[in-house]
Amino acid sequence: MKNPHELIEKNVGLLTILVLIAISFGAMAQILPLMFQQQVLEPVKGLRPYTALEMEGRDIYIREGCVGCHSQMIRPFRSETERYGHYSVAGESVWERPFLWGSKRTGPDLARVGERYSDEWHRVHLINPRNVVPESNMPGYPWLAENILTGKHTARKLEVNKMLGVPYTEEDIAGAKAAVEGKTEMEALIAYLQSLGTHLQ
Amino acid sequence: MTMFWTIWISVISLGTIVGCWALLAWTLSNNTGVAEGEEMGHEFDGITEINNQLPKWWTNMFYLTMIWGVLYLIAYPGLGAYKGLLGWESSNQGILTLAQSQEELLLDIAEDNLNEYAITIKRAQERFDPIFEEYARTPVEELSLNEEAIQVGKRLFLQNCAQCHGSDGAGQRGGFPNLRDNDWLYGGSGDKIKETLILGRKGAMPGWLAPFGEQGIKEIVAYTLSLSGRVVDQGLATAGKARFITCAACHGMDGKGNQMIGSPNLTDNIWLYGGSERAVTETLNYGRNGVMPAFDKTLGENKIHVVSAYVYSLSK
Repeated sequence: MKNPHELIEKNVGLLTILVLIAISFGAMAQILPLMFQQQVLEPVKGLRPYTALEMEGRDIYIREGCVGCHSQMIRPFRSETERYGHYSVAGESVWERPFLWGSKRTGPDLARVGERYSDEWHRVHLINPRNVVPESNMPGYPWLAENILTGKHTARKLEVNKMLGVPYTEEDIAGAKAAVEGKTEMEALIAYLQSLGTHLQ
Repeated sequence: MTMFWTIWISVISLGTIVGCWALLAWTLSNNTGVAEGEEMGHEFDGITEINNQLPKWWTNMFYLTMIWGVLYLIAYPGLGAYKGLLGWESSNQGILTLAQSQEELLLDIAEDNLNEYAITIKRAQERFDPIFEEYARTPVEELSLNEEAIQVGKRLFLQNCAQCHGSDGAGQRGGFPNLRDNDWLYGGSGDKIKETLILGRKGAMPGWLAPFGEQGIKEIVAYTLSLSGRVVDQGLATAGKARFITCAACHGMDGKGNQMIGSPNLTDNIWLYGGSERAVTETLNYGRNGVMPAFDKTLGENKIHVVSAYVYSLSK
């Protein structure tokens, strides 16, 4: 072969494979070792699995696209910890699948919003944010107060999480449907929000 | 990080740099079988490809990025457990409790073993702690006359309190109290405001629809509204007065409330959840459970002291 480069240039399949090998070096050096580090595997002391209701709330958070405007990641800068509280650590997210750290802050970070406002504030605020914060440009989510949860898939969701290593008990799974059935989506979302960031104690 | 992963990362990172260098050196040599400056045999629309070297400025920049990469990996932590010559660190990440985090942070500061986060915290402590300690020595009532402290308190209020109480402190409909009107649920002295901020408050008004029924509620509503001088059906109000003995347990026989337990004064025509007949009926039917969250963990006592002074100043 006079010109080995010609071989790569004229075989798109070979080119693709070589490109994949080249970019995988970055992942192998930066991502793979992280998966085996103690600090991303060990839960913080106060971590507990989401309750059934919080788990449903989390899925509503995902469905409504909250992560598009709210991050859940307090960086270790004083300007952030003064406003939001202690910076986020990996041990808080070990059971998050998928994590909702986000990267866009149109609204404030929510990593430690739990227990910061009353349930009633959240209810009023989610129906129409401007009722409590006139300057807000967040949309209202009034339907959350009307939609009723059936709990059809709740037990399954906990089961899948258990399979992935979250320590749910048999009772948790057996009682999952009853725990959410008849509750509004609003209640579920508020339960989820009130749990955020409260596990690092 | 174990030795295995340190070696793993170092081999890949440094190997990649060496590999790039080798690849660049190889592409700079002529492997095409065509002499330099000659045509490669491609022609399209009158444009021909000529076998030329890569541009010098471009190859030199490539070398420079590789040199930069090596220098960076020597100075900063990039190769597994190796900490880098500069010893740079972002923050304590392996912590499992808040107490542990605080302990490690203070230890870092005391021993001058500073990571990036500890540096900023130390600077802030040196600059701001004496100011807040000075403020904390002054009673809330007196501090509320200190212009500078009030500016600080206002900033903290806008950041932490305005979401519920409004940016002017005038409250919001639906149970978020007005802080400017000198009508206090739990007391408006400096110490009481501070206590509210530190511990939080939980209002607990039960619903009365079941024991009193609709007619009973109607009567109590009429009497309650009459307490603040509203025009009501006298017949209903008289009947309501007899029932009010139950309400008096918290609100007092005269309906003036009790700041010890945070039961509102019903005679002053200031309404936390609205004073319309409908709103008061709703309150009586289903009860109200207002919550003021505790701020001791968020702000700490010294900052709460300054916020208390600002809140105190609002109603003066």
